[in-house]
Amino acid sequence: MVVIVFEIFLLTLLVITAVGIVRSRDLFSAVMLLGLFSLQIAVIFFILDAADVALTEAAVGAGVSTVLLLGALALTSDREARPKGRRLLALGVASITALILIYASFDQPRLGDPQAPVHQHVAPWYLEQTPKQIDVPNVVTAILASFRGYDTLGELFVIFTAGIGVLFLLADGSGRGARSQLPSAEAQGLRHHLIPRVVGALLVPFIVLFGLYVQFHGDFGPGGGFQAGALVSAGVILYALIEGEASALRVLSFRALAGMIAAGALLYTGVGLAGILRGSQFLDYSVLLADPIAGQHLGIILIELGVGLTVTGVLLTIFHAFAARAQKR
Amino acid sequence: MTAGLALDIGSWVLMLAGSFFVFVGGVGALRMPDFYTRMHAASLTDTLGTILILSGVILQAGLTLAAIKLAAIMVFLLLTCPTAAYALANAARLSGLSPRPEQTPGKD
Amino acid sequence: MELLGLYNYWVFPVLLMTGLYAIMSRANLIKKLIGLSMFQAAVFLLYITMDKIEGGTAPILQAGNPEQLYSNPLPQVLILTAIVVGIATLALGLAIVVRISETYGTIEEDEIQGQDAE
Repeated sequence: MVVIVFEIFLLTLLVITAVGIVRSRDLFSAVMLLGLFSLQIAVIFFILDAADVALTEAAVGAGVSTVLLLGALALTSDREARPKGRRLLALGVASITALILIYASFDQPRLGDPQAPVHQHVAPWYLEQTPKQIDVPNVVTAILASFRGYDTLGELFVIFTAGIGVLFLLADGSGRGARSQLPSAEAQGLRHHLIPRVVGALLVPFIVLFGLYVQFHGDFGPGGGFQAGALVSAGVILYALIEGEASALRVLSFRALAGMIAAGALLYTGVGLAGILRGSQFLDYSVLLADPIAGQHLGIILIELGVGLTVTGVLLTIFHAFAARAQKR
Repeated sequence: MTAGLALDIGSWVLMLAGSFFVFVGGVGALRMPDFYTRMHAASLTDTLGTILILSGVILQAGLTLAAIKLAAIMVFLLLTCPTAAYALANAARLSGLSPRPEQTPGKD
Repeated sequence: MELLGLYNYWVFPVLLMTGLYAIMSRANLIKKLIGLSMFQAAVFLLYITMDKIEGGTAPILQAGNPEQLYSNPLPQVLILTAIVVGIATLALGLAIVVRISETYGTIEEDEIQGQDAE
């Protein structure tokens, strides 16, 4: 009951924000509203008992994606031209489809219905088997890393490929040393502003520490490699915004980031291959150690570490690629 | 009157006071004439409102790990909110928005 | 009351179509990507809505409480990875937009097509 009241309030706010985003002619404020939108949807996810997803959405949607969009705006333009034509047709198509989908919703089970088909088939098996086969409290981590480890490997390679793609598109072959000597506004960051610098220096270590906690506590509480990667990169991006991009590159250079991306993907695949070498299937962790449960724990920690490394590396590489492009202008 | 009841009343008073300040901040952000005064009103929600509400929730949580986490969030907000307000006002100043009401355009 | 339990399923198409409307009606490429993000978020909302179970809690097993109900972990896993994949694809899209802007000097679709036609 209380859940539904909160939900209706937040979802209505969400729709208002969405309309605001589409109507806004100023792309800068559209991006800011999109950050707000992500934060609201993260709260809704939390209310719907999806703590892991809420954590990821808050770190990725409200943090990293806002920074990336702002980086792209700095490289293009933040004004949108007045749209011509097509609006009525688009509005018509969108409204009719929305009405059909709403009409279809009357056949849906209501929110939280225990009899809903989705709760009948696979999920009870996961909830029942996780304590027996894997024995970690967080079922989301158990499914993500072990039961459906194959899927996660695929997702990891999608991120890996996207990172390489951004590098291909934005990085040019010229050396980076020459550029970082030019003292431009971006390279300086907020160095002349005392208050953000002091508070930032105070906060960045704790953000990174929290990222590591989320990484290694992911078996027991909400967390895991994806969330940790987003959090750590958000911390480093904050550092880059405050102290300038050059300082952030001194901490984690392009070479180190590329190493992290490759090492994470290799670690994940390596753990999978270790399963084959020990006489079982790809990504079967039970055979990694003599005790199958301990093997599962070791496997989950290792592949989550791989995921964390690659996600951090890719997100930071993308950020630096955008920032480097802006500096060259 | 038991200790539990006193704790409940105390936490409700804190949370209601916090909600009041959040509400006032919201009204202020809508009704104030220009950017800087609006920001001033909004900063009330950031600091006083959240601190009071979080203190109320801490009283509800009692001496548990959750209370420590909430206190950590409170410290975090106390540090970040004024910094964000500073950065925002500074950016507005740099982009040429004057704090004097008679010089600001009628809209925003 | 029964009907209010469907509210999530009503907001989902509204958000989905708001995103689609932005993609279809706006010529600005960054605005299109923002619309795509909203479209994605609507799908996330649909999946996460399905995981909720009345009286349940987040699927983190509590020792010594065998009667506790847990929300469905499977949609959460799917969406968790989808969010991170979503940001990676958004970044790729933005990189392409930046290159288009450098080549054509604009990020408005109709102007780009006009230049191509010449």
